[in-house]
Amino acid sequence: MKATAWMGADSVKVIDVPDPKIMNARDAIVRISTTAICGSDLHLYHGYIPEMRKGDILGHEFMGEVVEVGPQVRNLKPGDRVVVPFPIACGHCSSCQRGLYSVCENSNPNAGIAEKIMGHSPAGIFGYSHLLGGYAGGQAEYARVPFADIGPVKVPDEITDDQAVMLADVFPTGYMGAEMCDIKPGQVIAVWGAGPVGLLAAASARLLGAERVIVIDRFPYRLRLAEEHIDAETINYEETDVLDTLNEMTAGRGPDACIDAVGLEGHHGNAAMYAYDRAKQVARVETERPFALRQAILACRSGGVVSVVGAYGGFVDKFPMGAFMNRSLVMRSGQCHVQRYTRPLLERIQRGEIDPSFIVSHRMPLRDAPKGYKIFQKKQDDCTKVLLKV
Amino acid sequence: MSRVDTVLLPELDGPVPATLPSTLGLLSLALGVGALVAPGPVARMTGVDDSPAARAVLPAVGLRELGSAAGLLSGARPAGWAWSRVAGDAIDLTLLGRALADRSGARRRRVALTTLAVAGITAIDVLAAVRIGRAGRARARVIRMEIAVTVNRSPAEAYRFWRDMENLPRFMAHLESVRADDLRRSHWIARGPAGRRVEWDAEIIDDKPNKSITWRSLPGAGVPNAGRVRFVPAPGDRGTEVRVELRYAPPAGALGRAVAKLFGEEPEQQVRDDLRRFKQVLEAGEVVRSEGSPNGISLRQQAMQRPAQPLPASRR
Ligand SMILES: NC(=O)c1ccc[n+]([C@@H]2O[C@H](COP(=O)([O-])OP(=O)(O)OC[C@H]3O[C@@H](n4cnc5c(N)ncnc54)[C@H](O)[C@@H]3O)[C@@H](O)[C@H]2O)c1
Ligand SMILES: [Zn+2]
Ligand SMILES: [Zn+2]
Repeated sequence: MKATAWMGADSVKVIDVPDPKIMNARDAIVRISTTAICGSDLHLYHGYIPEMRKGDILGHEFMGEVVEVGPQVRNLKPGDRVVVPFPIACGHCSSCQRGLYSVCENSNPNAGIAEKIMGHSPAGIFGYSHLLGGYAGGQAEYARVPFADIGPVKVPDEITDDQAVMLADVFPTGYMGAEMCDIKPGQVIAVWGAGPVGLLAAASARLLGAERVIVIDRFPYRLRLAEEHIDAETINYEETDVLDTLNEMTAGRGPDACIDAVGLEGHHGNAAMYAYDRAKQVARVETERPFALRQAILACRSGGVVSVVGAYGGFVDKFPMGAFMNRSLVMRSGQCHVQRYTRPLLERIQRGEIDPSFIVSHRMPLRDAPKGYKIFQKKQDDCTKVLLKV
Repeated sequence: MSRVDTVLLPELDGPVPATLPSTLGLLSLALGVGALVAPGPVARMTGVDDSPAARAVLPAVGLRELGSAAGLLSGARPAGWAWSRVAGDAIDLTLLGRALADRSGARRRRVALTTLAVAGITAIDVLAAVRIGRAGRARARVIRMEIAVTVNRSPAEAYRFWRDMENLPRFMAHLESVRADDLRRSHWIARGPAGRRVEWDAEIIDDKPNKSITWRSLPGAGVPNAGRVRFVPAPGDRGTEVRVELRYAPPAGALGRAVAKLFGEEPEQQVRDDLRRFKQVLEAGEVVRSEGSPNGISLRQQAMQRPAQPLPASRR
């Protein structure tokens, strides 16, 4: 089959690899119809996530048709149209049973590596380095889906591929980002990053009853999506000072909750600050560029919540612990526990409360994946989300 | 049975090596006391009563024997003291050799008999010293570990799975098979490097249903070993804390090197991985596999990941 493989920093290729086969009784094989490129894939593309091997198949957002199931998979049959959550979760460990699917205790066969870096191991993730399992990803014609009796969700006919594939990651992730804010009536929520995750976090904050939603980025075309589809207010951090503007907008209180939907490759309007962290990152003294996170902490109202869905991989420098501690802030975080949200969010789409596919800017054939990575990386051609059609 | 350290392994803790040093010690004590208290009769018996030098040497020999006796009976460094007896024997034999050359007639016969007796004692001493040394070194090589994992299953379920010894190879990576001969005894086959196999018999020596199982290898195992697993209810209704204690003594030589290789440089990590697989099998129903780690959790595989791509047909 054809599959998108990581060939080294800033390089992906569509190559020929063997077709996947059932390896365990709870596996299913899915013939992929639509798969997406994610901001998380860019971290891999840029080589910031450790333990990648040349030839690793990328992709953790995919959907398609079940073509084969293992003997223990009784809820699916060949022909079913399904969307697959990106965390691989067994469904039976304590974490899974508490709904914490992205920290499943069993799904990372390389848990030993992850423990050395993170203390304990999170779940395995499709196409997301050997640190998180060494699983082949879904930017391909087929994928093997472990624990298929727990993860994949059947998609009704009236839901389009473009809508359904949002359930693999970005819609649940944005939703969890907003849910972690514990939104009360009248509250103001600020979101750093107007990528797919930030936009859907902002949209979810609306669904969860936020009074005002403020989205921060530097790309006018992305901020426009926030204004048009979510009725959000926006701040272009290259034009104004973010902290001053937020204070002014909230009459000095600061947002009640701040969502970091940027992650470890933040960009900074101040060239000197950017150069400082970028240099440390290149020298591997610091693994992240946590501008958005630092700013979110400083901006947040005292006693408020900082919700981190932007991805981090290692260690952060100059963490404003003083502000965080002295002002009674709360931080919540995590890779999304997608399995917890797929069905309720599918129902919201069915009821017409939201159409998350408003973020999709590009659709192209799988063979054009390298081009998709390039324009998404460079934010060219007003690119927000690339779907690959198989 | 409170700890695995109290499980006796015949090869290490068996009665022969444990009492051998004190037997030799008592022999040294008797000889030493004799030479000091009654040098005359001892000199006559051994045929050297005609030499004034012998009268001076005998108490010195006695003192030396008392030194060996004290060392052997103290229990510290038994191999060293056993070899000190051998060294003493060598001196005695040299002295007797000289005495034999100087004498004739009945005296010469007595000296010759003494020489023979001392030579016999020397042989026993050498054997004992080698044996004591080997058991000591085996004990020094003993590897002990205690590793635990929390499994989201009841103690009864975890116990039941483990108690069926034939299940062990499903999560202990180095085992090829375990055959239960009856409720107590089993035959284990482990995979070694280069297709080498290590086999042994084991017995369950303590079995507390839903609480703990203690087992040990039977005499003749290449790698004497003992183990104990406890199933403790985890606080907060979180299943069971499975706590494993292991103790094994890899032999010296080629087999020992093979065993060392089998367990790699981090034997604890291997056992930890075994317990992770135990958890996977009990909770998820299977050993979790990825394209990069197609055989499931394994330290060696972690270090040499294949790319995250489906396996070629030849590797399935
Ligand atoms: N927690 C999860 O489960 C999960 C799931 C998916 C993605 N993610 C992470 O979410 C993050 C965003 O993903 P995406 O697909 O939206 O990526 P993206 O690259 O499309 O979006 C990131 C946006 O952040 C903006 N940005 C950069 N620096 C900024 C700053 N200092 N202030 C404000 N905005 C800034 C960029 O201009 C860009 O628009 C990534 O880190 C990704 O790995 C996490
Ligand atoms: Zn994603
Ligand atoms: Zn789990």
